[in-house]
Amino acid sequence: MITLDKLREIKERTRPVLEERLKNEGKAEIREDGTIALKGDYYKNQLRIALRNCEIIRPDSIEEYIALDGYSALAKVLFEMTPEEVIEAMEKSNLRGRGGAGFPTGKKWREAFKYDSDKKYIICNADEGDPGAFMDRSILEGDPHSVIEGMAIAGYAVGADEGYIYVRAEYPMAVRSLKIAIEQAREYGLLGKNIFGTDFSFDIELRLGAGAFVCGEATALIESIEGKRGMPRVKIHRTAHKGLWGKPTIINNVETLANVPVIYQKGAEWFKNIGTEKSSGTKVFSLVGKVKNPGLVEVPMGMTLREIIFDIGGGGIDGRRIKAVQTGGPSGGCIPLELFDTPVDFESLSRIGSIMGSGGMVVMDETDCMVDIARFFLEFTVDESCGKCVPCREGTKRMLEILEKITSGNGEESDIERLESLADTISSASLCGLGQTAPNPVISTLRYFRDEYIAHIRDKKCPAGVCKALFEYFITESCIGCTKCARNCPVSCISGKVKERHVIDANRCIKCGTCKEVCPVGAVVTR
Amino acid sequence: MGFKLDMEKNKEKIKEFMDFIDDNRNKPGILMPVLQEAQEKFGYLPEEILELISKELKIPLAEIYGVATFYSQFTFVPKGENNISVCLGTACYVKGAEKILEELENILDIKSGETTSDLKFSITPTRCLGACRQAPVINVKDETYGKLKPEDIKEIIEKYDKEVLQDDNIR
Repeated sequence: MITLDKLREIKERTRPVLEERLKNEGKAEIREDGTIALKGDYYKNQLRIALRNCEIIRPDSIEEYIALDGYSALAKVLFEMTPEEVIEAMEKSNLRGRGGAGFPTGKKWREAFKYDSDKKYIICNADEGDPGAFMDRSILEGDPHSVIEGMAIAGYAVGADEGYIYVRAEYPMAVRSLKIAIEQAREYGLLGKNIFGTDFSFDIELRLGAGAFVCGEATALIESIEGKRGMPRVKIHRTAHKGLWGKPTIINNVETLANVPVIYQKGAEWFKNIGTEKSSGTKVFSLVGKVKNPGLVEVPMGMTLREIIFDIGGGGIDGRRIKAVQTGGPSGGCIPLELFDTPVDFESLSRIGSIMGSGGMVVMDETDCMVDIARFFLEFTVDESCGKCVPCREGTKRMLEILEKITSGNGEESDIERLESLADTISSASLCGLGQTAPNPVISTLRYFRDEYIAHIRDKKCPAGVCKALFEYFITESCIGCTKCARNCPVSCISGKVKERHVIDANRCIKCGTCKEVCPVGAVVTR
Repeated sequence: MGFKLDMEKNKEKIKEFMDFIDDNRNKPGILMPVLQEAQEKFGYLPEEILELISKELKIPLAEIYGVATFYSQFTFVPKGENNISVCLGTACYVKGAEKILEELENILDIKSGETTSDLKFSITPTRCLGACRQAPVINVKDETYGKLKPEDIKEIIEKYDKEVLQDDNIR
């Protein structure tokens, strides 16, 4: 069994070894206050709390986690705090759920705490399904113990002795890393019976998802753990009251749980002072798409989109103009460049018609068609709707059909109205978040990029040159007649003599874009 | 669906699978892990095995099919020896994942979601693989290939095609 002395001994023994290794590798620096941070411009403006140990410790070493104060928060709450005090501190920290909805974690814990039950559960939601988001994966692979410690603290607070981690099967590395970490924690007595010799017991079981996006929704996830189809429940009771097998259940997201230990190490007050008044702490964003330096960015809430995308992300690629950023995955919206001075917090993003979501930020530039992006997301929700609610099951399908009609050049002016009316019905008459937010990508693009819809419908043109039915390739006068395009065309639809301007036969062209790519003088354009 | 599991040839695997059921029989909500184990062992969910699960766990076959058909990772037809997962997440999509998929379909002459007739390759469209920094990406077996261009695909396929051939020679 592990004791406080033993924990201290491991820390004192391992810390110098870890520092030595980091010094040799040269990618991290040890600051004067003893904290360790990754080196480089990319990390300069970041504040890493949830990602504090990622790429610094070896994820398969519990001792390196302990060396950086790991499991000290668990020891602290077990020896120095009552469960009520633990909950109070969580409420004071104002940590809000990082999975998307932003529900206050302390409030959730308080609710589960107040119900008397022979059994309670803590579930870690590691079903990171938003396309374009990979922060949870990085935490699970890079610092799995922070999640385990967070779960144990939550278990102590609400009176649960059993936990589940529901992780995506698409993340085999994360599954492996969790398996090792759980095994190690058991071996060191940090999971299991009588942790640190107290009467608190807690253990964790791993459950794998099977490729259903809707299982990221709390009640669908519970159904899936129970061995059923992952369909959301009618929410008569909160899960904190009646959740897994009808017992009080806390579901927290990976990033939320990774924040938990630090709050008890450094105090609720410290955490509350980071970020904005209503959105405390930091948020991890996965900055991807058409951006120069893609990657994970953790910054205090309230930083503007511009700072994140241009200062840290380095702006667009290949000199192209950034047009929008998509946040919040299939439930979120597209934010245009004009609104990039919006601070990123839960309230500000929802005010402009998007959401924080799990923190995916997909940057788009002038070569992305916003109608096509809306179509892409609707295709996703049609596929992933569980089919329980008619408005979501049938409505999203109809919306997709209309969008396909528009992108194939057959749109009519009345289609926009029909889209808006369907969006209204679907979002107000679906049971779970998937349906309620499914129309968001369409609503937000209609709001900010309506001119693109109009161009598709009225002028039968796709300004970004994405929708194949709505543009053609054309060779301009600047053609030097090098014959490169004609030689590379897979369907041989380009004709012309050497040193003379070439011509594309639009009827035979399959619009693969090869001619444009190979042209040495940029004479091939879309129109 | 036309695929029969050779019970005699798979005797050993079936025994191991039965041991797994025995070890976990009393855990609540064990159906999903059992289905996942079955797919891992046999490469797909054979009818014969689903009947076995139904009998062992005392869950009606209809309910098992209800669960198995709900989740996209479960398959009732065997996958190819080299399963190629093509990421169609947002980041990959804006970086041209569709062209990658088209190229794969052209080279292997199958549609997305299908398996080649020699059972060497299958294409599985996948929601975000969480490797967005490398977009667009595909996964072949456990190997991830990132920052792809359509012209890279041929070489990747050839690599695995050769491996299969070599394996055949050894046998």
